[in-house]
Amino acid sequence: MSDHKTMTLTLIVWRQKNANDSGKFETYTAKDITEHHSFLEMLDVVNEDLINAGKEPIVFDHDCREGICGMCSQVVNGMPHGGQERTTLCQLHMRKFKDGDTIYIEPWRARAFPIVKDLVVDRSALDTIIQAGGYTSCHTGGVPDANTIMIPKPIAEEATDAAECIGCGACVAGCPNSAAMLFTGAKVSQLALLPQGRPEAAQRVTNMLQAMKDCGFGNCTNHYECQAACPKGIDVKFIARMNREYLKALFA
Amino acid sequence: MILDGKCPTGPIEKTWDKHRFDLKLVNPANKRKYNIIVVGTGLAGGAAATSLGELGYNVQAFCYQDSPRRAHSIAAQRGINAAKNYPSDGDSILRLMYDTIKGGDFRAREADVWRLAQVSNNIIDQCVAQGVPFGRDYAGYLDNRSFGGAQVSRTFYSRGETGQQLLLGAYSALSRQIKLGSVKMYNRREMLDLVVVDGVARGITCRNLITGEIESYAADAVCLCTGGYVNVFYLSTNAKGCSVTATWKAAKKGAFFANPCYTQIHPTCIPQAGEYQSKLTLMSESLRNDGRIWVPKKKEDVNKRPEQIPEEDRDYYLERKYPSFGNLAPRDISSRSAKEQCDEGRGVGPGGRGVYLDYAESIQRLSEKIICERYGHLFEMYERITDDNAYKTPMRIYPAPHYSMGGLWVDYNLMSNIPGLFVLGEANFSVHGANRLGASALMQGLSDGYFVIPYTIGGYLATVKPSGTKTDHAEFKKSAEEVNATNKKLLSINGKRTVTEFHRDLGKIMWNNVGMARSKESLTEAIQQIPKLREEFWKNVKVTGTGAELNQQLENAGRVADFLEFGELMARDSLHREESCGGHFRVEHQLPDGEAKRNDADFSYVGAWEFKGLDKEPELHKEPLKFETIHLAVRSYK
Ligand SMILES: Cc1cc2nc3c(=O)[nH]c(=O)nc-3n(C[C@H](O)[C@H](O)[C@H](O)COP(=O)(O)OP(=O)(O)OC[C@H]3O[C@@H](n4cnc5c(N)ncnc54)[C@H](O)[C@@H]3O)c2cc1C
Ligand code: SF4
Ligand code: FES
Repeated sequence: MSDHKTMTLTLIVWRQKNANDSGKFETYTAKDITEHHSFLEMLDVVNEDLINAGKEPIVFDHDCREGICGMCSQVVNGMPHGGQERTTLCQLHMRKFKDGDTIYIEPWRARAFPIVKDLVVDRSALDTIIQAGGYTSCHTGGVPDANTIMIPKPIAEEATDAAECIGCGACVAGCPNSAAMLFTGAKVSQLALLPQGRPEAAQRVTNMLQAMKDCGFGNCTNHYECQAACPKGIDVKFIARMNREYLKALFA
Repeated sequence: MILDGKCPTGPIEKTWDKHRFDLKLVNPANKRKYNIIVVGTGLAGGAAATSLGELGYNVQAFCYQDSPRRAHSIAAQRGINAAKNYPSDGDSILRLMYDTIKGGDFRAREADVWRLAQVSNNIIDQCVAQGVPFGRDYAGYLDNRSFGGAQVSRTFYSRGETGQQLLLGAYSALSRQIKLGSVKMYNRREMLDLVVVDGVARGITCRNLITGEIESYAADAVCLCTGGYVNVFYLSTNAKGCSVTATWKAAKKGAFFANPCYTQIHPTCIPQAGEYQSKLTLMSESLRNDGRIWVPKKKEDVNKRPEQIPEEDRDYYLERKYPSFGNLAPRDISSRSAKEQCDEGRGVGPGGRGVYLDYAESIQRLSEKIICERYGHLFEMYERITDDNAYKTPMRIYPAPHYSMGGLWVDYNLMSNIPGLFVLGEANFSVHGANRLGASALMQGLSDGYFVIPYTIGGYLATVKPSGTKTDHAEFKKSAEEVNATNKKLLSINGKRTVTEFHRDLGKIMWNNVGMARSKESLTEAIQQIPKLREEFWKNVKVTGTGAELNQQLENAGRVADFLEFGELMARDSLHREESCGGHFRVEHQLPDGEAKRNDADFSYVGAWEFKGLDKEPELHKEPLKFETIHLAVRSYK
């Protein structure tokens, strides 16, 4: 637990001024990094140095820094969120690296996620998918008592597994086809599992899949890279469930 | 000025129902003629925008993140209270109200708290209907657990991510309204000013965080749902982007800021590891249900491994001092006790700033499997951050700034003293008094958003004519020019120190002087130091880049500039309040056993401050508090 050792790292970072710029990699040195620095805190250190040198710091999305808001989004050494199991980038700590390492840092890359600047991308396509049907159409007020409909614990648990998605988009970034199947499958499944979501299940899956296509996401060809990339461990079985829901909707 | 909260009178059980009946209604056909701005899409703002849109108003909603789903409400871990009394363990609306008033150390309004407790039950119904997956028992019914400051089980939860599930429920309902066109969503916009025309709130000035453009938006009413301000301490459990900017800018336009000194320091956070640290991580308070808190009795033992310290040399100080609440004593008490232990030299870990939270006994009693089921997520998170396995060795925890009870002053209708400006959720001051109990902020956010504002805003709008959305009034232009000028100034200073350095310095001043224990001396010190730091900031801050692009430093610089003004008000409020209550502890005012000593005779009021200019002292307005249902008493958790 002691801080005696520090690391020096070489960072090769994607820099892109704005959406129209073609962008390129730049090399930086991160100094005095301890094993207790989080990955983003390591970037903070580099950015402070850049500012002090009168240069523009590396722009990246982040907010909660505790793995729940879904804002942080970088591909590190080819892996979304850096590749530690069930860990968002903001929760990745530098003890996973060693002194002298070279680290490649890039933004999410997908047709549906245009780059805004440096490591920041536009993920509004994910909102568009939810807007197409990721809800139950209940009104504020006028709903029955919460205990009126019992839900078997295993079903509630499975719905919660699906509901853990933080909407970060790593599944898209990790997918060779840039599909948003895991993200969409998680929401479709959560609501399809629960009795409150059943009445609109068919329409929901149809509309959400259509929105996914319209936004420019690719198709699923069963690589399962999405599950590997997902910091919340969302299971690809939810893609299968969505496909079943879709078939049911087609033949209903 | 004596402020009037406009609370309904009569028997408390009837107040909200009667008030709802008395409120004027807006004709359904007229609703679409009214425009409402909702700033913030956390639980309060998300619920408000959704419900108002559904009622037929024209809503424009704003957030600084790239999606409304990412508001900091998402980070709430362990639960939301409601007076459902499903476990039949003696809960009721009155008891929830009682606990909240007492927990807040008798510094909140009774009528507001009654209403909160009353609608708490509707919230759970609403969330279940939205598909929020709450924890259930094996029969399929909703499960409850108990939380600090209560002796009944009234907390509903969804694993360790209740806030996430509630927010995603609100976000999905909001998404539906966005699709239907009743709500227009503006992401990546930061509100940098409130526009007031002839004394009435008429709109906001924002910066488009992607293009850098300064934009004006007009409406008939503005709802601020912009969260809390504890990032004034720099290190806190809040998200990096949380700021006081929206509420402070409104305060500078005349809205009164109430009880800024009431801040909550949460007892169970992971201690700071080093200077570079950018935020603190909360470990849910529910951990205290099964964990036992202790420090070594002997100072010589603090550097030993905890396993090497025998039972008789451990001081389970909360159990010792508060036998009936033990490790579940309210947050302010638990935090202060931890600080005391560390101040006395018995703290553990780096810098002696930590206490143990030990699971050995409950693992023995219940099994590792059950503890894993209950807290697995949290143990995992702890290990990711500290590299320690809490199944094998006790966790180390230390208090951290977490929540702000203070906020803009609002009346019973959630309207500030500026007509047309409403304030919801953590951004207002209303229900938690001087200390908030666990699992009641989520309740408040959703109560304000789903079940209060839809009624009370109608009562206001029914009295004003729809104004259209014109932003051509001179006030909009003036506000945009001011915002532009501030940004230009920040970019032109080109000094020697970064924004973060200034924020860290401010944080230290606040934590050391306006933190868990405050004194006349420390507060006077803060009131001297903050303006100096502010002055240095405006001479020596370095912000690179331009204003016409995504520029996170510029965003941050604006937020820190506001904290540098607001921090001083916090210190002034603390200094003026010559008593200890809840999260506000003045060392001069304590009972012989170190407990907080309230001064009801002189301070049983809400202190709401009017901004008078930076070089002038703010003016204090008081709203006296009356306790008719719950009798004023010394808060005891022994
Ligand atoms: C780690 C953690 C755990 C917690 N756990 C619990 C718990 O278990 N139970 C409980 O009851 N409470 C808990 N709380 C407290 C609770 O989560 C918050 O008080 C509550 O969620 C606040 O909701 P809100 O809607 O008022 O604000 P927030 O959710 O903070 O939302 C603020 C919104 O305002 C927007 N915003 C802010 N400023 C601006 C601006 N200038 N311009 C534009 N938009 C702006 C943001 O984008 C965001 O959308 C916890 C808090 C933390 C930090
Ligand atoms: S499914 Fe996983 S990777 Fe995809 S958005 Fe959700 S949390 Fe992120
Ligand atoms: S910053 Fe919120 S998940 Fe990483």
